[in-house]
Amino acid sequence: MAFWRRNTLVERERHVKANARDYNDKFSYTDNHIKTSKYNILTFLPLNLFEQLQRVANAYFIVLLILQLIPAISSLSWFTTIVPLLLVLLITAVKDATDDYFRHKNDKQVNNRQSQVLIRGSLQNEKWMNVRVGDIIKLENNQFVAADILLLCSSEPNGLCYIETAELDGETNLKVRQALTVTSDLGDVSKLVDFDGEVVCEPPNNKLDKFIGTLCWRDSKYPLDNDRMLLRGCVLRNTECCFGMVIFAGLQTKLMQNCGITKFKRTSIDKLMNTLVLWIFAFLICMGVILAIGNTIWESRIGRRFQVFLPWTEFQSSAVFSGFLTFWSYIINLNTVVPISLYVSVEVLRLGHSYFINWDKRMYHGPTNTAAVARTTTLNEELGQVQFIFSDKTGTLTQNIMVFSKCSINGQTYGDIYDEFDQKMENTEGTACVDFSFNPLCDRRFKFYDSSLVDAVKLEDPAMQEFFRLLALCHTVMPEEKTEGHLVYQAQSPDEAALVTAARNFGFVFRARTPETITLCEMGQAVAYQLLAILDFNNVRKRMSVIVRNPQGQIKLYSKGADTVIFDRLDPSSEDLMYTTSEHLSEFGGEGLRTLALAYKDLDEKEFEVWMEKLQFAGTVIENREDRLAVLYEEIEQGLKGATAIEDKLQEGVPETITCLNLADIKIWVLTGDKLETAMNIGYSCNMLRDDMNEVFVMSGHTLLEVQQQLRSAKEHILGLSRVGSAGDVEKSDMFADSVFEETIIAEYALVINGHSLAHALEPQLEHVLLDLACLCKTVICCRVTPMQKAQVVELVKRHKRAVTLAIGDGANDVSMIKTAHIGVGISGQEGMQAALASDYSFAQFRYLRRLLLVHGRWSYFRMCHFLCYFFYKNFAFTLVHFWYGFFCGFSAQTVYDQWFITLFNIVYTSLPVLAMGLFDQDVNDHISLRHPSLYRPGQQNLLFNKRQFFLCTLQGVCTSFLLFFIPYGAFSVMVREDGSHFSDQQAFSVTIATSLVIVVSVQIGLDTHYWTAVNHFFIWGSLTLYFVILFALQSNGMFGIFPSHFPFVGTARNCLSEKSVWLVILLTTVVCVVPGLVVSFLRIDLFPTPTDKVRHQLQSRKRQRPQEQNLRQSRRTSSRRSAYAFSHQQGYGELITSGKNMRTSRVSTARSAQRTQHSSNWIENVLKRKNEVSCISDESTEAPEKSDRT
Amino acid sequence: MASSYNAKEEDGHVPGSAGHGGAAEAKSKKPDNTAFKQQRLPAWQPILTAGTVLPAFFVIGLIFIPIGIGLFVTSNNIKEFEIDYTGVNSDSPCYSCATNASWNNTTPCLCSLNFTLSQPFESNVYMYYGLSNFYQNHRRYVKSRDDSQLYGDPNALKSPSKECEPYRMSGAQPIAPCGAIANSLFNDTLELYHIEPNGTRNLIPLVKKGIAWWTDKHVKFRNPEGNDNLTVAFQGTTKPVNWRNPVYELDPSDPENNGFINEDFIVWMRTAALPTFRKLYRIIQKKSGPTPTLPSGNYVLNIAYNYPVTSFDGRKRMILSTISWMGGKNPFLGIAYITVGSICFFLGGGFKQAALNIWSVHGILGGVELSD
Repeated sequence: MAFWRRNTLVERERHVKANARDYNDKFSYTDNHIKTSKYNILTFLPLNLFEQLQRVANAYFIVLLILQLIPAISSLSWFTTIVPLLLVLLITAVKDATDDYFRHKNDKQVNNRQSQVLIRGSLQNEKWMNVRVGDIIKLENNQFVAADILLLCSSEPNGLCYIETAELDGETNLKVRQALTVTSDLGDVSKLVDFDGEVVCEPPNNKLDKFIGTLCWRDSKYPLDNDRMLLRGCVLRNTECCFGMVIFAGLQTKLMQNCGITKFKRTSIDKLMNTLVLWIFAFLICMGVILAIGNTIWESRIGRRFQVFLPWTEFQSSAVFSGFLTFWSYIINLNTVVPISLYVSVEVLRLGHSYFINWDKRMYHGPTNTAAVARTTTLNEELGQVQFIFSDKTGTLTQNIMVFSKCSINGQTYGDIYDEFDQKMENTEGTACVDFSFNPLCDRRFKFYDSSLVDAVKLEDPAMQEFFRLLALCHTVMPEEKTEGHLVYQAQSPDEAALVTAARNFGFVFRARTPETITLCEMGQAVAYQLLAILDFNNVRKRMSVIVRNPQGQIKLYSKGADTVIFDRLDPSSEDLMYTTSEHLSEFGGEGLRTLALAYKDLDEKEFEVWMEKLQFAGTVIENREDRLAVLYEEIEQGLKGATAIEDKLQEGVPETITCLNLADIKIWVLTGDKLETAMNIGYSCNMLRDDMNEVFVMSGHTLLEVQQQLRSAKEHILGLSRVGSAGDVEKSDMFADSVFEETIIAEYALVINGHSLAHALEPQLEHVLLDLACLCKTVICCRVTPMQKAQVVELVKRHKRAVTLAIGDGANDVSMIKTAHIGVGISGQEGMQAALASDYSFAQFRYLRRLLLVHGRWSYFRMCHFLCYFFYKNFAFTLVHFWYGFFCGFSAQTVYDQWFITLFNIVYTSLPVLAMGLFDQDVNDHISLRHPSLYRPGQQNLLFNKRQFFLCTLQGVCTSFLLFFIPYGAFSVMVREDGSHFSDQQAFSVTIATSLVIVVSVQIGLDTHYWTAVNHFFIWGSLTLYFVILFALQSNGMFGIFPSHFPFVGTARNCLSEKSVWLVILLTTVVCVVPGLVVSFLRIDLFPTPTDKVRHQLQSRKRQRPQEQNLRQSRRTSSRRSAYAFSHQQGYGELITSGKNMRTSRVSTARSAQRTQHSSNWIENVLKRKNEVSCISDESTEAPEKSDRT
Repeated sequence: MASSYNAKEEDGHVPGSAGHGGAAEAKSKKPDNTAFKQQRLPAWQPILTAGTVLPAFFVIGLIFIPIGIGLFVTSNNIKEFEIDYTGVNSDSPCYSCATNASWNNTTPCLCSLNFTLSQPFESNVYMYYGLSNFYQNHRRYVKSRDDSQLYGDPNALKSPSKECEPYRMSGAQPIAPCGAIANSLFNDTLELYHIEPNGTRNLIPLVKKGIAWWTDKHVKFRNPEGNDNLTVAFQGTTKPVNWRNPVYELDPSDPENNGFINEDFIVWMRTAALPTFRKLYRIIQKKSGPTPTLPSGNYVLNIAYNYPVTSFDGRKRMILSTISWMGGKNPFLGIAYITVGSICFFLGGGFKQAALNIWSVHGILGGVELSD
């Protein structure tokens, strides 16, 4: 057994035999049981402890603990360190244990899912975890694939099956998998039982798109590739059932192999905190050295002579050595300046903040039942410092749902709704939809509000009919009609689906297609059109056409495309129409709709034949075939019908969110795979681009030099304009193009750059120019960018601007960007979970970003900063008293406080109030945060916690410690009790200072708390009470009776705190420690109020008045901008259709497509070849521009 | 080690996949609308404004100044007399004792000092000895004791804590009480005589009971149990190196004041916080009748000079003091209170003026204009 185990570790090749568990068992492949949990009950303690002790902070305290065990050094008992350390370890362990418990639970749930396995000749239900390599399992529609399986056969013809790979790569479109021909007819349990093929394949790996193997069956070998595989995590779609053989199971599946170690992101505060801890450490060493030198001097001058009462120990042979020992003793004494509970408290706070994000009902999206999720609990305060947002467009800004919303037919617009006074109305929920019930084939989800269009269609106006006919004919959509009348369109771009669906509802139902025909159902009558040619779309042509022969025998060319291209090819006779239509297009574009122009032309039979011959000839030529085809296409596409406008629906609240974030000085860059026009269009509709901008630079150079030239001139343009007075020193302006100068630019610019220019601009010699220019612009839109480039852009900004970046996206193509940015946000919406899984925060709608940043981010940052300031202040005030005392105790490392006080101070007496502040404090509430985006700026400028703030708060701590020591010192030097007994003893001194300290820090936190909830009250008063309770308990007779040597302070509290003079000292100390801070902050608020202070004051003075909502929504632009072509479309689909390669045998159209089956085996292969082009939108979009550029 | 895989997510988010895994309708993830979860807890939001801070300053000032004056007056009314008897100067009566004093002397060196009280001391008078430059708060000194032993723990009596080194064992015998603190017990004996105008010397009775804290005497310090006879109880232990007598013979005059519960010893064991300190030595009880406890006049302080301090520039003092409701003479507190109180008072006033100016000039607090 052991031998085989070892063998699997270096598995070079995998042998799997179907239906032969005994054979497969020899190899000890992992079964389908998955385990993501780290510990079990037995291993938890040792493993977790080991992991925790690897952390630097914990290790530091372990070292301290060891130091404390050396008697010559030990100035504090071991428990002062071990109690907090244990507590810290315990809290972390509890958290780890909870995490692991949930992992166990999830594992269990997944492992217990049911699947049907072929065991001993029959299908049996089996838990997932019991599925083994070599088993044959049956999958049904919409089921998750249980393991990586080899597809053997399916219910669909040719062994095809469709899967959705959203879990793996985030793409929701269907992909085709096909079984080997030899196995595809095994679709029966009885045949499968006898299947004994053996698969020899590669060992488990994490490449999702690659698989190499061979199937040996009946003495022949068949090559296997990735198209035969169904990977775990996929979902079977549109396929009744299929059978497959398990190749990889459990942790060896590609999905699990891809679950790498997550990279931990750290916040800038984290980094600052680490630096500061190092500083503190250096400070600690400095103090140690000072005190050690002091000790050396003291020992040589006084201590040497004081030996009558205090002889030197044998270790302490000389004053210098004594100083050396003292150094270490003071390191132990003063170690509390590096607070042991800091890291744990910070973790707790962040966890709390994350829960608040998860709990926020205003970030919950009802329709999709998605709440916001903070997937990382370590980045919250960074949300309050974001300066750059990189946003994907599709699915993030837009819903990626296209809706046919307006059209212009023959010079008449439809789609606007008017009220009784002929005023245009806003489209609201309440507006009545047009009733499409006249049409039995209509899509019920389609909504249109202007009933005049339906009326017009019903009038059978020919122009109207041609318009919708065109929409129904000229496209590459595939229909699927499962049951009579239930049509589903499989479109490769959502625009097309929207158009065809519109036509369908208006009575021109696209019903079926074969390679040669298109069947429509026009106003209830079936009409078959002969499809003569599809003149496909590409980026250069920006249009597509079809040539059809209608039942009357007329040949017609229908084309649709970008207005500019279509208008160019219009017959001069329709010029008037063109002008009207063009006006309408501008109007539509102005509303942010995607537009498309439609045209048709009657073709002469002869003309067409000649052209067709040319086309066939060109089709055979290999060289320049594409060009020639293009020329030919050009030749025939010449007459205008109307225009459509499709609304690429923006997600709700996008323009408002963007405006608001802009006001918060957050720069938003859109990085999209879309085309320039589409991207700009969206830019306009979501208020990022505006007509009143001074200039929109469009970078579209193809060479490095071109790009350089464009970038330079744009920059000069900006800099030149903005410094009108001093036009002479343009050279100088290059140097000035730093952040200081940026701020002075008032004019608004926008930069639009496309993918290939970006590729050049990102090269080292240009990246600075690009960055400078981009930062001078209000808006930056990068289009046609690859996922890689998205990440590069983020990286560029991250590297050169010391700014916090946030990337937001929803698709697999955004993953790289999300992972690169400081903060990644995933939209858990349309395009699968890939982005959300890679992200740090996920929610359903872009607009929640506003709340995430301006409310949660701001609060987190605010709380964390105040927390840290206070924490450092508190620890300095607490610890440095020892430093001052050093000067009066012969630098002997004598502690001021009781050891128990030192042990408990940080973890019991003062931890909860500061945690409460860190969790609940708010300077202003969420409404105000949203209403005043400028309140976000302090976070970006790092104002609340930086080195200066740290210095100030430690200074306050140092001063407090000074006062805390010297006021009691002054009082105690001659203090006598009320009964005359002496009182200037160490223990009374200690209790007095400790009590003052606890009161001072409690008062201080009271003053620092802006938002006193019941919890704050409870914790602050509770902590004070607890202090006194514990104080008296620890100094009680009982405790002393049990451990006399550990509780030597017996009775001190009683004797000390019953003295009036002690309370007078405490009162004095408290007032003196707190008042200066109060004065400073009061003065600061009055003389240099921050925006927050102003808002708070304003609120206070207007408490009675209800705050009126500030309307951030700016009026929609009423621009004359022409929005352009709307296809998000790839070339090549037309060819697929005319070849019939992607036709599915649908039950409805079987009769018509009978002749097609003979060449079916090779069209499927073509489909598979084509598949990439059809489905991998993200890949395609990156390659397409380069391809078209070269041609 | 963290895996990004989460099985739950593999399961989820496809709402349409009904029929799979018996998909019960996913329950709503809508967060609860509670004040806590939505961070809308009712709260008090204090804002520092002139309106709140300035009155606070005034109040502090108004409270502190009277307290300070009260303290100052009280402190000034306390009569205190202090005399240094270290004998550093050659003209000092104790000079010879100071130069010769050492632990090894078997017979005490005697010296006496004359002094005059210009004012009578009423009520109880407390007599302190004060030491300067004496580091009772040195870490090694402070920890050099065994509280278990002092608590009468028989085990600790026989084997004292290691902290007591080098005063832990004397030869094979454990030292009781062990440690440097006990070893350096202050052992000067002071006697006070009033010289009446006619020249007679009246010994002033000094009470040695009630000088230690009650808790110390009754809780913290305890003689080894089991035997009423202290000599037997301390059998097997030896006296600290510097001591003349064993611990059970500290006070020959009062058998109840011996062993660990000897009050002088307890007072000494309560280590001072600062290198200059005073410890209560004796109490001079108020006499019945109208005569003051210590009438003004001439006094003689007789000192049995045993305690060497000159080697490390230490000083020894004898202090006589009356007390009040706030303890002994303590000018610091009164002055500090008056100072802080006045600063607060004037700060408040000054601020008010400043704030008013700012108000009128800039209108910062009035009509705040927001930039956005």
